Amino acid sequence: MKITLKLFASLAVHLPRAARSRHRTDLEVEPGATVADVILQQRIPPGQCAIVLVDGVWVAPPERAARVLAEGEVLAIWPPVAGG
Amino acid sequence: MAWTKNVLRVNLEAGTCTTEPLNLQWAQDYLGQRGLATKYLVSEIDPKVDPFSPKNKLIFVTGPLTGTMAATGGRYSVVTKGPLTGAIACSNSGGYFGAELKFAGWDMVIFEGASPKPVYLLINDGQAELVDASHLWGKTVWETEEIIKTQLQDPQIRVASIGRAGENRVLYAAIVNDLHRAAGRSGVGAVMGSKSLKAVAVRGTRTDAYAPANPEAFFAATEAGKKVLAANGVTGQGLPTYGTQVLMNVINELGALPTRNHREVQFEGAHDISGEAMHEKRPTDGKTNLVTNGACFGCTIACGRISRMDPGHFSVKDKPQYHGASGGVEYEAAWALGAANGVNDLEALTYANFLCNEDGFDPITFGATVGAAMELYEMGVLTEQEVGFKLPFGSTEAMVKLAELTARGEGFGKVMGLGSKRLCTKYGHPELSMTVKSQEFPAYDGRALQGMGLAYATNNRGACHLRGYMVSPEVLGIPVKMEPQATEGKPAMLKAFQDLTAVVDSAGICLFTTFAWGLQDIQPQIQAACEGDWSEERLLLVGERIWNLEREFNLAAGFTKKDDNLPPRLLKEPAQTGPQKGAVSKLDVMLPEYYQLRGWTPEGVPTAETRKRLGV
Repeated sequence: MKITLKLFASLAVHLPRAARSRHRTDLEVEPGATVADVILQQRIPPGQCAIVLVDGVWVAPPERAARVLAEGEVLAIWPPVAGG
Repeated sequence: MAWTKNVLRVNLEAGTCTTEPLNLQWAQDYLGQRGLATKYLVSEIDPKVDPFSPKNKLIFVTGPLTGTMAATGGRYSVVTKGPLTGAIACSNSGGYFGAELKFAGWDMVIFEGASPKPVYLLINDGQAELVDASHLWGKTVWETEEIIKTQLQDPQIRVASIGRAGENRVLYAAIVNDLHRAAGRSGVGAVMGSKSLKAVAVRGTRTDAYAPANPEAFFAATEAGKKVLAANGVTGQGLPTYGTQVLMNVINELGALPTRNHREVQFEGAHDISGEAMHEKRPTDGKTNLVTNGACFGCTIACGRISRMDPGHFSVKDKPQYHGASGGVEYEAAWALGAANGVNDLEALTYANFLCNEDGFDPITFGATVGAAMELYEMGVLTEQEVGFKLPFGSTEAMVKLAELTARGEGFGKVMGLGSKRLCTKYGHPELSMTVKSQEFPAYDGRALQGMGLAYATNNRGACHLRGYMVSPEVLGIPVKMEPQATEGKPAMLKAFQDLTAVVDSAGICLFTTFAWGLQDIQPQIQAACEGDWSEERLLLVGERIWNLEREFNLAAGFTKKDDNLPPRLLKEPAQTGPQKGAVSKLDVMLPEYYQLRGWTPEGVPTAETRKRLGV
């Protein structure tokens, strides 16, 4: 099953080198994979996953192990950031 | 005492500078900076005064923590009646100017009247004089600062000045200090220009002008505060590395990035103009747009962006004055100059931002006005003949050209200098101005983020993100996560944010500390700096008092409930894409509850009980 993984700011280093400048890559994951599974598989430090969105919708830390990803969904993750 | 207790009153008509004692009772009631200067302004001017009348006043003001070892303690504000909105205007700036004014021994400088000829104010510690500025009139901010420092042979003088935009009364002209830090919004620079006041130059060397009330406690409290900032992921790592610009992709993914005059909520070019893009090497010259980060006085966050353009870019190819490193785009500027117009050229955005700094005008209102003009052009209402060139959405060349014309006050730039409300009204479509109280929205869609919509509608200085930053709970989960489309709890959270922000803006510190600090971190610093009891409860009461005082000024100026509104586009045209697809603002659901929580009547007027409780 294919999803899109987007990693921004300092998390881009966890993407394949060729994908880092666009901050996104297509990813093959097992059916039933959760947000937490992908974070673990990609060796992204969970403590650095401050903003986690699936198709733009916030996934809170306690929900990440239960949120099953569907074909074609976009998982986007940022470290602690802010602006204004 | 953390206040210097000295106010400098400058009568520009008579050419006099006089000293008077700070009203210490007002300092106890309004703390400093935004709150204290608002109290002075409200007490001294007619709310209905023409902002450009000599009877309007212009106040430069510091806070009790300005010029101290408190982290980010370098802020100052400029308070006046604003020409863009006709409402209270308070613009806050960092850099080093504010601390220098405090070092010279002044809590605030009140300018009254208008000078018959161009002048600048020179402050050297306790000495102040008005100096002829005929030779500076017509110069840019960058030229003015250099000339003053060179003539006085003192590179350590700090200068806050207006460029040609302020002289030409561009309604959103800024006051710029330290070359690229600005009291940017609401047109405070145009009021300065109307008074023929070109600059304020300050040298402060006094060490006896003020001191914290309890030095040991102050040292401990400020050290504790710095540790909190350093340990926090946002203020310790995220902001220093990526600046506010890191929000570009966040807000776009969330479907809350206003695009092409708010017609859309996602921008296909967002990545090209993002904080991440500023870190990437350009294909043209192999260098990055971002050179380094930068900090204001006493700041341990250092979110500022210092950029260098590609010297081969069409906008600066033959202009070596723009080839050096200078203030780069922050998130709001990048959005306004980019997504708001459909422009995705980071170098062009940087150039336009340089122009905003160089000649002193607000990139948010300017960029949003470009977006409105482009929509009018695409509708056929505004023609190539009137503008002088083609003006479709996404035209980098047109955006750059408009920035140059606005800076110089030439051609169609004169119309651009009026802002989008007057532009759209002039061409028969006031509904296309994306404004509240005639001030343009910043970079978050008020449909996609319901709390931000309410924040815009109720803001005392018109649409603005810095008086109740509901993006924190609605996007970042700070201090708690709230769903963007939810309305429940938003009025109460907004009121708490507005009151707390008024405290921060009155203390002399930067609002960005609040990504890490709560009131429990700020209170001990104020308590140790200032005489008296400054409990958290009292501070929030001070914040609420300030908010209501600003409200009272606006009501007396003629604003009513109908001005607490959003453009029809946000109320009736649903978001078309992304996770907020279908959303419109539910302002009608939230506003009555907000009024009730504020202790206001259903018409938005503070009740007699509220006035009595707050002492307003």
